[in-house]
Amino acid sequence: MEKTDVNAEKGVFNKPMGRLSFLKYTGASAAATGLLMVGCRNIWDEVMPPGHTMAVDLGSGDIGVLNYAYALEQLEAAFYTQVVDTPYGGMTAEETQILKDLKYHEVIHRDFLKAALGSKAIKGLTVNFSSINFSSRDSVLNTAKAFEDLGVSAYNGAGKLIVDANYLLLAGKIVSVEARHAATIRDLLNPKSADFAGDDVVSVDKGLDGAKTPAEVLKVAGKYIKDKLDASHLPKN
Amino acid sequence: MNIYNILEKIGDLNSESSPKSRRESIFGLGSVGKSIALAAVPFSILATIPAVGKAGNTKSITDVLNFALTLEYLEYEYYDMGVKESSLIPEEDRAIFEQIRKHEDAHVKFLTATIKALGGTPVTSPKFDFTAGGAFKPFSAYGDFLALSQGFEDTGVRAYKGQAGNLISNNDVLTAALQIHSVEARHASEVRRLRMKNGMDPMNKGWITGSSRGTLPAPTQAIYDGEDNVTQGGVDIKTITTYSVDAITEAFDEALTSEQTLAIASLFIVK
Repeated sequence: MEKTDVNAEKGVFNKPMGRLSFLKYTGASAAATGLLMVGCRNIWDEVMPPGHTMAVDLGSGDIGVLNYAYALEQLEAAFYTQVVDTPYGGMTAEETQILKDLKYHEVIHRDFLKAALGSKAIKGLTVNFSSINFSSRDSVLNTAKAFEDLGVSAYNGAGKLIVDANYLLLAGKIVSVEARHAATIRDLLNPKSADFAGDDVVSVDKGLDGAKTPAEVLKVAGKYIKDKLDASHLPKN
Repeated sequence: MNIYNILEKIGDLNSESSPKSRRESIFGLGSVGKSIALAAVPFSILATIPAVGKAGNTKSITDVLNFALTLEYLEYEYYDMGVKESSLIPEEDRAIFEQIRKHEDAHVKFLTATIKALGGTPVTSPKFDFTAGGAFKPFSAYGDFLALSQGFEDTGVRAYKGQAGNLISNNDVLTAALQIHSVEARHASEVRRLRMKNGMDPMNKGWITGSSRGTLPAPTQAIYDGEDNVTQGGVDIKTITTYSVDAITEAFDEALTSEQTLAIASLFIVK
């Protein structure tokens, strides 16, 4: 498992996309370009020792869990920032308002966690959205659905890893907003259906939403993050 | 054991605001008085109740689960009555409420089984009056049905959030409670937007802006009080973002204590 991840990471560095082609590929607007360039410097402006990957250690204890949340919020914030900067054709007024709100909320979550973590915060991560077609409503909304459901299951699974009840409460304040997002996006995809809390995500027998371990979450989220995240020091239970 | 005994065990209430005296103060009033009481009670008891979620608070896990079970009884019975009332819910909206009813039913069964597994005794369901003494007509007026549904779901989200800290010692129960918590938030989002779509609250979003109850009637304000908080974990969010205060408040949902929750739910519980 670890070995596979390391190899995948090496693959990224063996064939680094030039900064220009990367930006062209993502079709970023001027504002997003600045953001991405700042992010890119994290990788391309640092000297990479041969044979070493630059894993970002999330840390241990409650700080590690908060950094884990910070990493996911960085991903979501970057995603909605680009969605708003490069809207797909035919985006309705309601969809525009919703996607802007989601950008605001996720950026606020990201910046709050960064401020709360202070000097213990991990660095700004570089995202990889090459698999997302930002000009396609279907691609954008289905990615949003995946990110929101993933976020909900990540916070739900991380709650038990937190020791300090104040941090647990903070996670609770954020996760329900992610769940509100998830339901809204799902309703945009299939209005007035049962999908907002569909049987694919809420268990039929117990009525429970998803709960995933950091390893399960990062396996999915990692596809969209260029940096390798080291979650090995996070609490296990 | 009824919910007031549970409340007494959870709440660490002092003698002056015992469940009995508060119950009498609420149910001694007529329906108009009840409406006023719903808005006023949380303020009057706020000063006397301990904050939930603080480390060191040791509530019984089964008491917390019985508190949650009572809320689920309320929600399940509400949706069951609504779905069974022919000509209340338009055909195009039925899938939503059948799904919500299914979840609340599953929550009742799951919590009952969990309480038993932990060696506790599940509370029995209180008797409910969803008209709150005649103030609402949820089973004949669809607008009322949606309004109370939003109120119950937004309350449920805040109630579960407020109990998370009391479950921190039991990983399995905490995780399950969080998994219910986010389902309630999905319900809340859907119902809020359904009210927007149906023109009952054209500005309504899936999330809560400030402490606004939107077009819900005034007696529901206690459900939204405190949602305008902009300080999280000691950080004044206004100082770290250029986004609006509305966006800041939307980005974080706030908790309710068990006492605040029961003050809201009590309106619909028959003595």
